[in-house]
Amino acid sequence: MIRLDLRGKSFGATAILGPLSLAVAPGEVLGIEGSSGAGKSTLLRILAGVDTRFDGDLHPAGRSAMVFQSPTLMPWRRVIDNVTLPTGATGAEARGWLARVGLAGMEQHWPGQLSLGQARRVGLARAFAARPEVLILDEPFVSLDQERVEDLLDLTAALIAETRPAVILASHSEAELARLTTRRARLEGRPARLLSR
Amino acid sequence: MLGLARPAAPPAPALTAPPPAPGAGPLRPMLSVLALIGVWAAGAALLDDPLRAPGPAQVLPALWEGLASGRMWADLGATLGRVAAAFVLAMGLGTALGIGLGLSRRANDWLDPWLTVWNNIPALVLIVLCYLWIGLNETAAIAAVALNKVPLVAVILREGVQARDPALAEMARAFRMAPLARLRHILLPQLVPHLLAAARAGVSLIWKIVLVVEFLGRSNGIGFRIHLNFQMFDITGVLANALAFVAVMLAVEWLVLAPLARRATGWRAAA
Repeated sequence: MIRLDLRGKSFGATAILGPLSLAVAPGEVLGIEGSSGAGKSTLLRILAGVDTRFDGDLHPAGRSAMVFQSPTLMPWRRVIDNVTLPTGATGAEARGWLARVGLAGMEQHWPGQLSLGQARRVGLARAFAARPEVLILDEPFVSLDQERVEDLLDLTAALIAETRPAVILASHSEAELARLTTRRARLEGRPARLLSR
Repeated sequence: MLGLARPAAPPAPALTAPPPAPGAGPLRPMLSVLALIGVWAAGAALLDDPLRAPGPAQVLPALWEGLASGRMWADLGATLGRVAAAFVLAMGLGTALGIGLGLSRRANDWLDPWLTVWNNIPALVLIVLCYLWIGLNETAAIAAVALNKVPLVAVILREGVQARDPALAEMARAFRMAPLARLRHILLPQLVPHLLAAARAGVSLIWKIVLVVEFLGRSNGIGFRIHLNFQMFDITGVLANALAFVAVMLAVEWLVLAPLARRATGWRAAA
């Protein structure tokens, strides 16, 4: 369970997010829509505990993990270390998660040797290796071709069903939202409010 | 690779040589050194004044004699020991200071003018002050050299920290990585090019200052020996001693720094 009661979030004098509340229970997937610049990433960064400069209260459930718009791997660490180091997972656990996302045998590669799709899979493995109770997905499948997105969507849906974290997913894509979410809300206006639908 | 977090290319470490052209091998640098010795020999022959303009024919035997008698090894050892001590001290302090300034905007606003002043104090002033304050001893000698080098290291490392990738810092925060793990796996790897640039610029700066420190206030080491040569108008001796230490520092560069650089940036080559 994660719960946010936000009174407001500004950058300097510009108010980005207005008052809004949300709560997501384990196994639930809240989809957040909104045009570019609506404040989706800002909201997700607050939920992930990355941005703590906001007015309001965040009650995180405990372990959390995030999948980013760009894979955000450490290019100077091998694939397996990119899974173990941020999460505290053991080597065996990491190998297991890498196998689940279809990267068995690539543990010793450098991130620079991966395709974008493979790098995104490592990001997914890393997130689940943290055994999160709260999982934040910030447009995790952008700039992949459609076929790959389908594969990754199936995989992500299966992993969520299996591990049942509270999930918050930001996306532009109707297909992604329809496939993954149990409930949807839309960020609109400036400062943005959350409209459930 | 598209979309992967990768640190921006380090702001041209102007003090390191560009990599040799592919396929050149070690042949070209060796020929270049030989050509340099040839130019030196030709110049000396032209001037025909072995006392004031000794050529390789005078200096190389003097170098050999110093090495064979064992005296020069003791001086080289003393100087190299001081270089190493001052280097470790300056890299440690300078790196800590540079990271601190890079991470804290407020600290940087306050301390940046100090750093500029410090960086512009002539080496000789710091050396004389250290000898006057601490005494004519080893501590003063090493402190003087290290203090000359700290601000340079700090400035280079500060730039490295300021150019770091913010996305990786966010990733570390999102996964609640411990501060030490962040330092080791996120920050320091991004600083490797800057550490290497600081180390290379630092080694050459340090050994030059060590010779001055020895010249002014030590009773062994290459700088001290050059002081004796100076008093006896022994230009051949000056060149032989200088040449011996240049050779040592080239060996340090080729045998220590260059392999270290290759190792630390291996992940780049693989990509």
